[in-house]
Amino acid sequence: METPLSIAGKTFRSRLLVGTGKYPDYPTMVKALEESGAEIVTVAVRRVNLDRSRESLLDHIDPKRYTLLPNTAACFTADDAVRTCLLAREAGMSSMVKLEVIGDEKTLFPDTEGLLAAARTLVKEGFVVLPYTNDDPIMAKKLEDAGCAAVMPLAAPIGSGLGIRNPFNIRIIIESVKVPVIVDAGVGTASDAAVAMELGCDGVLMNTGIAGAKDPVLMAGAMREAISAGRKAFLAGRIPKKLYATASSPLDGTFF
Amino acid sequence: MEIVVNGEQRTVVEGATILSLLRDLSLPETRVAVERNRSLVRKADFAGTGLSQDDRIEIVTFVGGG
Repeated sequence: METPLSIAGKTFRSRLLVGTGKYPDYPTMVKALEESGAEIVTVAVRRVNLDRSRESLLDHIDPKRYTLLPNTAACFTADDAVRTCLLAREAGMSSMVKLEVIGDEKTLFPDTEGLLAAARTLVKEGFVVLPYTNDDPIMAKKLEDAGCAAVMPLAAPIGSGLGIRNPFNIRIIIESVKVPVIVDAGVGTASDAAVAMELGCDGVLMNTGIAGAKDPVLMAGAMREAISAGRKAFLAGRIPKKLYATASSPLDGTFF
Repeated sequence: MEIVVNGEQRTVVEGATILSLLRDLSLPETRVAVERNRSLVRKADFAGTGLSQDDRIEIVTFVGGG
């Protein structure tokens, strides 16, 4: 009954996508990734450490086991985002990228004008583009029309843990586009992830919500279960909300 | 000759290539990507891409991120 997540013809059993940043150490990250059940993990592209004094992320993540999804975090222009994606494709093996063009340092909200321009360029270059965007249904449709393989609206600002601030817009986005809708950023705890899935999202991408928890491994498991529970509840079809009670027990046959 | 690698000044011998630079730095070619003067250098071209005075080279890899 539970169908896999399909992005540009590739299927994934897990609907939870997890970041690899901000963990206290690599062993915790490795355990948290395992516990999350995620198959897609995001990575950033940065200068190599020339003195080799730090361990490499790739010493700890097996690219055969996980699909690496390079991001363009900290890119403030479409040009820098495109450069980053070209480098990422050359460093890795996949052409799937999480496209971010950031508009403001304080909020890390996307610069959707730059985002759309970068998305168009990257689609032409043969990339599978998963754009981090705001919760704007019009922009989501434009990104789909530009050829993006999914749209990834934020729940709330990156790392804020505020949960889904505008569930109605997320619902409208889900109704507006045919490509997968993956909530990206702002998820703070398991119920936030469950809400996203209950709304009908195809997946959730998170990093700080797990990595920043007191026990990241335990939280990773909680998120896995929340995604699964939320998905099942969505497929099951929830009851309508009503103002007044409806008795669950029969009203006839009472003896009092 | 003098080049800039990841923002740091570095001296390389005449005839140096991207590949020889990576080997000097003990960096595995498989895990990195390289830009020369803001243009991507494909892995297949590492050996054939010579370095010139004042080249600006960026060598990147994957790090933890969200």
